[in-house]
Amino acid sequence: MKMKKLFIFLLPILAVIGFILFNACKSAGNNNITADADNAGLTLPAGFGAVAVADNLGSARHLVVTPQGDIYVHLASPKDGKGILVLHEDGDKTTLKSSFANYGGTGIAIKNGYLYASNNTDVYRYKLNDKNEVINPDQPERIITGLLSKRMHQPKAIALDNDGNIYVNIGAYSNICSDFDPNKTGCPILDSAAGIWQFKADKPDQHYGDGIRYAGGLRNVVGLDWNQQDNQLFVMQHGRDALHDLFPNLYSVHQSAELPAECMFALKQGDNAGWPYVYYDWMQHKSMLGPEYGGDGIKPADPKYITPVAAYPGHYAPDGLLFYTGDQFPEKYKNGAFIAFHGSWNRAPEPQAGYCVVFQPFKDGKPDGKWEVFADGFAGTPEQKASGHAVHRPCGLAQGPDGSLYVTDDTKGRIYKITYKK
Amino acid sequence: MASMLLFFTCLHAQVKRTVHHTGPAAAIARGKIVYTNICLACHMADGGGVQNMNPPLINTTYVLGDKTRLVKIVLNGFKEDVEINGQTYSNNMTPHSDLKDQQIADVLTYVRKSFGNKASVVTALEVKKVRATNTK
Repeated sequence: MKMKKLFIFLLPILAVIGFILFNACKSAGNNNITADADNAGLTLPAGFGAVAVADNLGSARHLVVTPQGDIYVHLASPKDGKGILVLHEDGDKTTLKSSFANYGGTGIAIKNGYLYASNNTDVYRYKLNDKNEVINPDQPERIITGLLSKRMHQPKAIALDNDGNIYVNIGAYSNICSDFDPNKTGCPILDSAAGIWQFKADKPDQHYGDGIRYAGGLRNVVGLDWNQQDNQLFVMQHGRDALHDLFPNLYSVHQSAELPAECMFALKQGDNAGWPYVYYDWMQHKSMLGPEYGGDGIKPADPKYITPVAAYPGHYAPDGLLFYTGDQFPEKYKNGAFIAFHGSWNRAPEPQAGYCVVFQPFKDGKPDGKWEVFADGFAGTPEQKASGHAVHRPCGLAQGPDGSLYVTDDTKGRIYKITYKK
Repeated sequence: MASMLLFFTCLHAQVKRTVHHTGPAAAIARGKIVYTNICLACHMADGGGVQNMNPPLINTTYVLGDKTRLVKIVLNGFKEDVEINGQTYSNNMTPHSDLKDQQIADVLTYVRKSFGNKASVVTALEVKKVRATNTK
């Protein structure tokens, strides 16, 4: 009885609210305002807004946006038999324009009139027309084949330079090589995994022997980008797991959650980042000798290994890296790095963390100053985040023609578009 | 640090209190301690596992079914892709043959009776028999 009375009382109020909302939505459509009222669930710095331009795509990994407003997004596994979706953006929504590729994967990039895409063993390229549309989606040219893919760290993320080369991550199929190096005589898988390989961007059917092991000792890289200011490859390494589980006497549960750092490396040919022999301690700002090889949390690493140019908390899982070259965002973002952190699983029993997009300021092509969380809230409630049951998880990053930032989520398959409103 | 100390003090107290008791409730209590120390980091506090990596322990035949197979997974580890409800999990599990028969029995009893699971207990004798004939 009481409820009914309350409802009758509230009815006109609800009607007014509804009318206001209805008009708000209408005017948003008319004025082309590029943000949801709640920024698609994200928290952003003042002046920024976000909208979900696509949803429920499947496991949306990396993506690229063309000057014509087409979005190529690579799904981890094909949906309805297609692994690459082409979305066209119109206002704040996208429509599915076409789909192709009978394989899933992570890597996708555009360079010099070709779309490049990888699965776990091969890299393909597709010729584009002058509108950046794939001319022959069913007949890609296979440029790299036969890369190792052994159940762990399989995705072959890619990046291209300005001299006709493509860089491919070949992740270590092991946490810390223990299963392959029981007597600690040297990890035997480094010759064909745990590094970045360089191949020609235009040569068909290249195998390992046709490429160069460009940089080694990198456990797994998913986020990587070519820095145009430095003309240099930057990569984000996923650090090792289970320091406490494997060495409870040397590392506390808390240290194991925070260590090792997730590292940003600026690579040159021949660099060795030291996996599995070293890890980086972001709290001591030091490269450490790994406990499997005689380390104790205090002994430093051999200085022959390169050190990171920036470091982030343990297990955040950097899956996307993008140097921002657009003009839309405020000046401080120009030439800085956005990093999509997929979020942790190896912090339990401590709360899981990550699940955010971080901004790393740069100056003259080098990290300059402390990183900051740029976009957060992907995971949902604090409980969903802490338990690791995140609703959305950031993965891929891309810059649109107008300088907007695009972020994929590979759990529900959402694409976020982040703009600066001024 | 204080909470860590408290955590270990509790663990210690719990071990002391339950070690001489018998029956499923005592086995579950002891098994939870083993689970927290050995299994939780990958399979999570709620047994839910981690997407694409570490399989869930909730309502799967691996946990609820053949006990011999389950004991062997703990003794030998697990190095195959496993598909559960259409999801594939591919992280390697390390062998835990260093655990005592009673510890394995306790932790498996805990897992088979937690997270909504309602399966029978595993005894130390059952683990001992599997270990005696265990071939990887």
